[in-house]
Amino acid sequence: MRSLAAMILKRIGLGFVTLAIVSFIVFFAVYLLPGDLAEEILGQARTPETVANIRHELGLDRPAGTRYIEWIGGVLTGDFGRSLASGRSIAELTGSRLVNTFFLAGFAATISLPLSIALGLAAALYRGRLIDRSINVAALTAISLPEFFVAYILILALSVKAGLVPSLASVNPDTPLAERFYRTILPVVTLTLAVAAHVIRLTRAAIVNLMANQYIEMARLKGLKPSRVIVRHALPNALAPIINVVVLNLAYLIVGVVVVEVVFGYPGLGQLLVDAVAKRDIPVVQATCLIFASTYIVLNLIADVLTIALDPRLLHQR
Amino acid sequence: MTNLATAFRAAPPTAWFGLVVTTLIFFVALLAPVIAPYGQTQIVGPEFAPWSNSHLLGTDNLGRDMATRMIYGARNTVGVALATTLLAFLLGGSAGLLAGTVRGWADQLLGRFVDIIMAIPSLIFALLLLAIFGTSIASLILIIAGLESTRFFRLARALALGISALDYVEAARLRGEGLGWLIYREILPNAAAPLIAEFGLRLCFAFLFIATLSFLGLGIQPPTADWGSMVRDNAVLITYGDITPLLPAAAIALLTVAVNFIVDWLLQRSSGLKD
Repeated sequence: MRSLAAMILKRIGLGFVTLAIVSFIVFFAVYLLPGDLAEEILGQARTPETVANIRHELGLDRPAGTRYIEWIGGVLTGDFGRSLASGRSIAELTGSRLVNTFFLAGFAATISLPLSIALGLAAALYRGRLIDRSINVAALTAISLPEFFVAYILILALSVKAGLVPSLASVNPDTPLAERFYRTILPVVTLTLAVAAHVIRLTRAAIVNLMANQYIEMARLKGLKPSRVIVRHALPNALAPIINVVVLNLAYLIVGVVVVEVVFGYPGLGQLLVDAVAKRDIPVVQATCLIFASTYIVLNLIADVLTIALDPRLLHQR
Repeated sequence: MTNLATAFRAAPPTAWFGLVVTTLIFFVALLAPVIAPYGQTQIVGPEFAPWSNSHLLGTDNLGRDMATRMIYGARNTVGVALATTLLAFLLGGSAGLLAGTVRGWADQLLGRFVDIIMAIPSLIFALLLLAIFGTSIASLILIIAGLESTRFFRLARALALGISALDYVEAARLRGEGLGWLIYREILPNAAAPLIAEFGLRLCFAFLFIATLSFLGLGIQPPTADWGSMVRDNAVLITYGDITPLLPAAAIALLTVAVNFIVDWLLQRSSGLKD
């Protein structure tokens, strides 16, 4: 038991080290640019005053180390600084958008995960039959399609032609919950299609691997019912890989929302990030990148910890 | 040559489909200035003109010929993706082979570095770097190639580690062969097949990635024709039930599926699996 706790603590420690290094990268990447960032951002329209102003805003006129400590201190207390473009506080800009993005990702996850795990299981159990092959072909195709393509096809079919759902997912903080669900149906279906393809393939691979084990063969040869073989013998060992798949795909969702938010004009963090990159609003880009990257790392961390905790075999590795 | 011919004859229909589509798009890209009826930035008519004989796919949001831009788009989008993947392949592949053969502290250092880069989702990392370096074609290629090279590094290193432990490499080492010989003559021939298959997969990924960035307005910049930004520029037509803006997106999907089919076939052939 002690070694299990030690492994988990070690993994969590590693996660924190990764977070620290990533915050370093996000902050110091600015210094990779060979010229002067302030002049670069302003381009042709620069004057010595505006350059000095931007340099001050970005903290380029102070030592990088001090500036990093200020920045990370601010981030930890929820103060991300100010946007270059609008001068507004970044925490204020990201606040409601963060909630929106998590709402969208969460809504998509509650629909896509159970559905795709069930399909992945079906494909694995009826391996080689028609149902498996059609699920496989559909998943492969879905992986190859760009998200914006799927999104626009859905808009064309369900919104423009059929008139069932709105094509724009415009919500504001006052939108009631039911209305929110209704307006985000298309983004959620798009995300579901993108994520489901991955989850189905990974679940299928995990189960197929597992069913090839000798103890499953043994259980079958003993004459157990297929349902008992799956529930009592296969499932306990399949839990760890499936949970891994689930959490990794939540991480994928967090990133996949960027494109979907832009297509549907959904006021989330991804849209903010894309706008900020286009305007080269560096403080906003840094803040949003840090939020996305941290979420991704924390979800990965959770996946690893759960995998360690749920897999007794990991305890007896020598 | 006969070997190649039999291989092609035995290829499954999906692989054939992939080969035909890829070759077709390759030639369209190569011959774009010859085939295209107009110039890629030339304004030839009113905005959003419908399909007609003089403008096969109509015109775009600025009155440029849509079919012409589709043809040039093949050239630009595929060209940038190819350049990116080649650069990433050379960078990551050679560093990986070297690290896996030599090992030691340089390998450890590179390995940790790659781990850290891969801990950040590549779209997020790319957006951060694009904001800093600006969105020119050169920075686009360098940034994505840099991020993608980590994948080639991982694979090449793992392959080199495995192969350099084999007896024949050990024999060459004891014979006193230099590092260049070891990598190029002993290790590379055995690592080539999986590396090439990975090249195909990463090409698909880079292609989708660049198209996505262009769609977001952060990749290939106007007025250069490219399939991603063409969808973005003409998306408004979709709300009128017009499918024209979906054509560039369909082209992206078609090429990705085609390359995936070829890679699938190559992988099956190299692993000797029949089913």
